[in-house]
Amino acid sequence: MTLATQRGMRDPATGGRFGSFGGRFVPESLIPACAALEEAFRDAWTDPGFRQQLDLFRAVHAGRPTALTPAWNLSAELGITLLLKREDLAHTGSHKINNVLGQALLARRMGKTRLIAETGAGQHGVAAATAAALFGLRATVYMGERDIERQALNVFRMNLLGAEVVPVTTGSRTLKDATNEAMRQWVANVDDTHFCLGSVAGPHPYPWMVREFQRVIGEEARRQVAAELPTGVPDVVVACVGGGSNAAGTFAGFADTGARLIGVEAAGGAAMTDGTVGVVHGSRSLVLQNAEGQIAEAHSIAAGLDYPGVGPEHAHLGESGRAQYVTVSDDEVLIALKRLARTEGIICALESAHAVAWVMRAAGTDELPHGSTVLLTLSGRGDKDMAQLQDQPIMTEPPAGLQADLPAGRQAGLQPGGQAGLQPGRQAGAGAGRVAS
Amino acid sequence: MTLRLGTDRPLLVPFLTGGVTADWTDYLLAYQEAGADAIEVGLPFSDPMLDGTTIQQASDQALTRGATVEAILHELAAIRGRLRVPIIVMAYANLVLKVGIERLAQAGVSGLIVSDLPLEESAELESAAAAAGIDMILLVAPVTPDDRLRQICLRSQGFVYAVSVMGVTGERTTLAPEAEALARRAKLLLTEPGVDGSHAGSRDDENPVQRLPVLIGFGVSTPEQAAVAGRAGDGVVVGAALMRRVLDGASPADLRREVGALRAALDQGVSTATPYAEISGDRG
Ligand SMILES: Cc1ncc(COP(=O)(O)O)c(C=O)c1O
Repeated sequence: MTLATQRGMRDPATGGRFGSFGGRFVPESLIPACAALEEAFRDAWTDPGFRQQLDLFRAVHAGRPTALTPAWNLSAELGITLLLKREDLAHTGSHKINNVLGQALLARRMGKTRLIAETGAGQHGVAAATAAALFGLRATVYMGERDIERQALNVFRMNLLGAEVVPVTTGSRTLKDATNEAMRQWVANVDDTHFCLGSVAGPHPYPWMVREFQRVIGEEARRQVAAELPTGVPDVVVACVGGGSNAAGTFAGFADTGARLIGVEAAGGAAMTDGTVGVVHGSRSLVLQNAEGQIAEAHSIAAGLDYPGVGPEHAHLGESGRAQYVTVSDDEVLIALKRLARTEGIICALESAHAVAWVMRAAGTDELPHGSTVLLTLSGRGDKDMAQLQDQPIMTEPPAGLQADLPAGRQAGLQPGGQAGLQPGRQAGAGAGRVAS
Repeated sequence: MTLRLGTDRPLLVPFLTGGVTADWTDYLLAYQEAGADAIEVGLPFSDPMLDGTTIQQASDQALTRGATVEAILHELAAIRGRLRVPIIVMAYANLVLKVGIERLAQAGVSGLIVSDLPLEESAELESAAAAAGIDMILLVAPVTPDDRLRQICLRSQGFVYAVSVMGVTGERTTLAPEAEALARRAKLLLTEPGVDGSHAGSRDDENPVQRLPVLIGFGVSTPEQAAVAGRAGDGVVVGAALMRRVLDGASPADLRREVGALRAALDQGVSTATPYAEISGDRG
């Protein structure tokens, strides 16, 4: 166990295993395609030319590196030092762009002319449509009928980008069914089509490959945090977990340090907490299911976390004890989203607000004692959620707790980087001050 | 499970989604009366990744009715006395891993096909199946390269399931040309000494009884297509075409006629001269 802490997040063992999780549970028809993809990725990932190309597009198209923002006011209120890794500032509004740029470049390298993708919230679909437009690939995005209703604006964005959005009308008509449909279409079109999977799930090599494409979050954050904190690494690293790609990418930058890794799931879609071992969408992991193995539907206010499974590497990190997984409720998420908006001037995605909500709840407890330093990945921006939030009473009528908290923070005369703000997070103080001055 | 091979006709294995209607086991008996050599029973799954619209709908309908794996196995066991043909369960890995091979064996199941369990992942289940006396039937696809095809043929039991198309289950207007090529490749490999355990290693043994049958499935939709597939392979699995009729409300008696028509087409398709010479030749 202690060794596991120092080992970090390694490449999977043969066959795509992370401990007893992972693997390649796909129909025989897809085995050659998965094998070819694995080989192409291995080849590309060790090719400096490919890396350079990806770095270029990350910089000039996606706007990387993304900023690290000290959450001065919220830090002061919570008595911790909270640093935000701003994936919300990446092009298309979330970390999903990191993965699709990598996969689209790889698809092109493999001679594929078309991308297919599954999407829930539509963020991955938008990112895939974006990369397809950029690299001259055709794109088809499969999306559950129910999600299409919930995320109409993202459907429009995908269409505007030239992608075809195909409604999935079977099963629960959400992300898991869209994923099934994308797999079916992949089987039938494997010659010219790359399946651009959106998270660290699916058959080998996807969980590993997507983590590697998202690793840029953790690596940038590691450098940025080192410049902020005298200790070099934060005490805690936290990210929200749907399939687990922004968390995996973040954790990859810190797994070999002493930092505690915390993944935050939606209470209604918590495969790590409530799931049991199962095989879905091509890998063995933890999944919400009944005793017979029928996959359950997840329920979260955040469409991007409405997924009954979780990436196999998270199941492994959880089992080995290297990472810890917690849940927050929809109500906590709404409060957190609003509080971050009011304290820091950042409207984050509902998904990302899960991570914020855990920090708010844990701060000052044994889970996250006063004075702790925290790196939190803000996986996306909230624009996509505004229509949905307009209907939430909590957004127009702030709960009592929130109102009481705000003046307390304000009365302390906190300014970004101001001394009062730095007091609780002493260690970060100097660094945060540097940023502000 | 021994599927009779090398007699005068190709094998017919019709498919039914377990629990699709209240009287679903009556369809099994109808299939048997119509001349099925074995019957494939699909376990309905919430996430049928390898199934097209028809079998997805059948699966949904069964689950909506409240069908459970346990109830399906219970009902299967209950008609065991009346079912003489082998029952082969087709399921997704997650259901099989949960229910366990033992339980399938108890219900009288003699063969198992797991759609999303390729060679790399199947070793564990294969040994459990061997212990329980259940045949693990492995699938091959048009894209399966020869070396891999050889390995699968070596490990498959009961028969080799040749997936006719690069795609999901569902009806097609014609039999995919790659189906015949795949069946031919598989049959050739199965006659190699040492590939098929039951072949007894003798190359000059021309009797095809000695090797595993190759059945063509996915998309075999009409009696005409069945006849073609029956000539290319050693028989057919027919699923979606039958399930569409069941979903449309056709009765067990109706399905008996459907399967009877498939039976007749298969029988006539190879009824002349020496069937196996034709199959391995260029007739397809
Ligand atoms: C902003 C945002 N964060 C997080 C997620 C969850 O995905 P993952 O857990 O793979 O990072 C999504 C998925 O749509 C998302 O849009």
